[in-house]
Amino acid sequence: MMNAGQVDFNYLEGKAGILRKHIIKMIGEAGSGHPGGSLSAADILTVLYFQVMNVDPRSPKDPDRDRFVLSKGHGAPALYAALAEKGYFPVEELWNLRKINSPLQGHPDMRKVPGVEMSTGSLGQGLSAANGMALAARVMGKNYRVYVVLGDGETQEGQIWEAAMTSAHYGLDNVTAFLDFNQLQIDGPCAEVKSPLPFFEKWQAFGWEVMEIDGHNVKEIWEACQKAMTIKGKPVMVICRTIKGRGVSFMENEVDWHGKAPDREQLEKAMAELERGVHRHESKNSHP
Amino acid sequence: MSQKIATRDAYGEILVELGKKNPRIVALDADLSKSTKTANFKKAFPQRFFNMGVAEADMMGTAAGLAAAGLIPFASTFAVFATGRVYDQLRNSIAYPNLNVKIVATHAGITVGEDGGSHQSIEDIAIMRVMPNMTVIVPADGPETKKAVEAAVEMDGPVYIRLGRSGVPVIFSEEEPFTPGRGKILREGSDISIIAVGIMVSKALEAAQTLSQKGIEARVINMSSIKPLDQDMIVQAARETGGIVTAEEHSIIGGLGGAVSEVTAERYPVPVKRVGVQDTFGESGSPELLLEKYGLTPENIVKAVEEILQKR
Repeated sequence: MMNAGQVDFNYLEGKAGILRKHIIKMIGEAGSGHPGGSLSAADILTVLYFQVMNVDPRSPKDPDRDRFVLSKGHGAPALYAALAEKGYFPVEELWNLRKINSPLQGHPDMRKVPGVEMSTGSLGQGLSAANGMALAARVMGKNYRVYVVLGDGETQEGQIWEAAMTSAHYGLDNVTAFLDFNQLQIDGPCAEVKSPLPFFEKWQAFGWEVMEIDGHNVKEIWEACQKAMTIKGKPVMVICRTIKGRGVSFMENEVDWHGKAPDREQLEKAMAELERGVHRHESKNSHP
Repeated sequence: MSQKIATRDAYGEILVELGKKNPRIVALDADLSKSTKTANFKKAFPQRFFNMGVAEADMMGTAAGLAAAGLIPFASTFAVFATGRVYDQLRNSIAYPNLNVKIVATHAGITVGEDGGSHQSIEDIAIMRVMPNMTVIVPADGPETKKAVEAAVEMDGPVYIRLGRSGVPVIFSEEEPFTPGRGKILREGSDISIIAVGIMVSKALEAAQTLSQKGIEARVINMSSIKPLDQDMIVQAARETGGIVTAEEHSIIGGLGGAVSEVTAERYPVPVKRVGVQDTFGESGSPELLLEKYGLTPENIVKAVEEILQKR
């Protein structure tokens, strides 16, 4: 186990900034995609891929590698950006997102992109797959860990709660889930569309160890991962307070930027802001 | 053909046998392990069996994760829950990524009996057949079930195997090989062809006997591999016998009858009659009486053959 002094958090913040620029540029090039939920999850993915997970792009099928499942598959640009930066494929490939004959499908396809561990996109299914990978580690006597990112709106899917029971019932302490709690879904605030709240008490009642952090603070994300490794006998849910569209002022907390590409002018403005590291909001959500 | 074995019993036995040889095989069930017979596997390999409770969607998703990590999961429940209930999980978590999950469904068709129409899956072949990457097998008896399960382990990719609740007459020897994508001619004949799957194979053989007494020699084909389908054998039957009757314990829409009609329409048009459940749900009752009421008897096959021959 590492101590915080060994971790270069400035590096991680810089890396998250690079991921955000990739996200905006690739969605701009594609002309469609989901910037809001990609930007809100960018810091979580950065810490996982560049500090926490035991993965090596030179051997993407290593049976002992840690696994990552992006259950909220529409956040694919964030995952692709992380994989490209990590070295799974050239960064230039990112500009082919959503284009014909590109491996970078609108939602992650494990058969087309090295480093993608599970095909997702139809919401609610990623936690079940993560549980399967975690159970497989037990059957095969392996020590790898499985990380999964869920959307908050996504938890309206019943399968999430079936899977939540499975993780707890089988005591899957090798599963660490992150809830990207940005409070918005396509049709509006989650609490108004059909409230999935309260999250903290629900996951706790389902038998999970629950933590709550600022999902844009790389140090808090790293600390949550470290703490998760010490929890035995049950899965860990890290509720991450996030801002949808984080890093681009006109996208932050704006529900319309769930699934819309910036035009040329917006793209330039967004890139300039990301260059300067501007944030309009702080991630201080109400109690999850 | 006096001995009867339920295909689900054969499944329970062979899964344990294969589990001994292959440590990558694991099994999942959704609170029906005593009925689907995965309970045998649980008893033999408790560490490799996962009861997912009454949560079929989660079971399929978990199976996908197990397969993604390199294991060979067998996921079992009743056919009605193993297909329609979890269509999207099968489609997006298993078939789309072409994961090595074996879905072995029991209690298919109306011979579920007394539980009634809610539990009688008559559309699962159609549902599974339309899914890219999915192999679909409907074994005719116990021995073929065992061979099909063995073959499924050898294949890399999702496989759906459709089994029944009740005992069915044994047609094949334990040594009879099974090859995906290959039909099997069980009886030669040049007047008409009867292509059948599952419990209807033995009924097709009975019908052929009756027809023979009337001077009509029917070719009987077991088409247990519905996907991939032995198109050439169908075309050959069409060319050499001039007409085809299909027989299945499934809706006449989208199943074996649908598949055969697609092939003949495109490659060698001949008259085709489909024996199966008409476009309707089943109901409670004993399996035998249900088969009669819903038109799934050897007599129904004979009648269909005669209707084709009368038009010649």
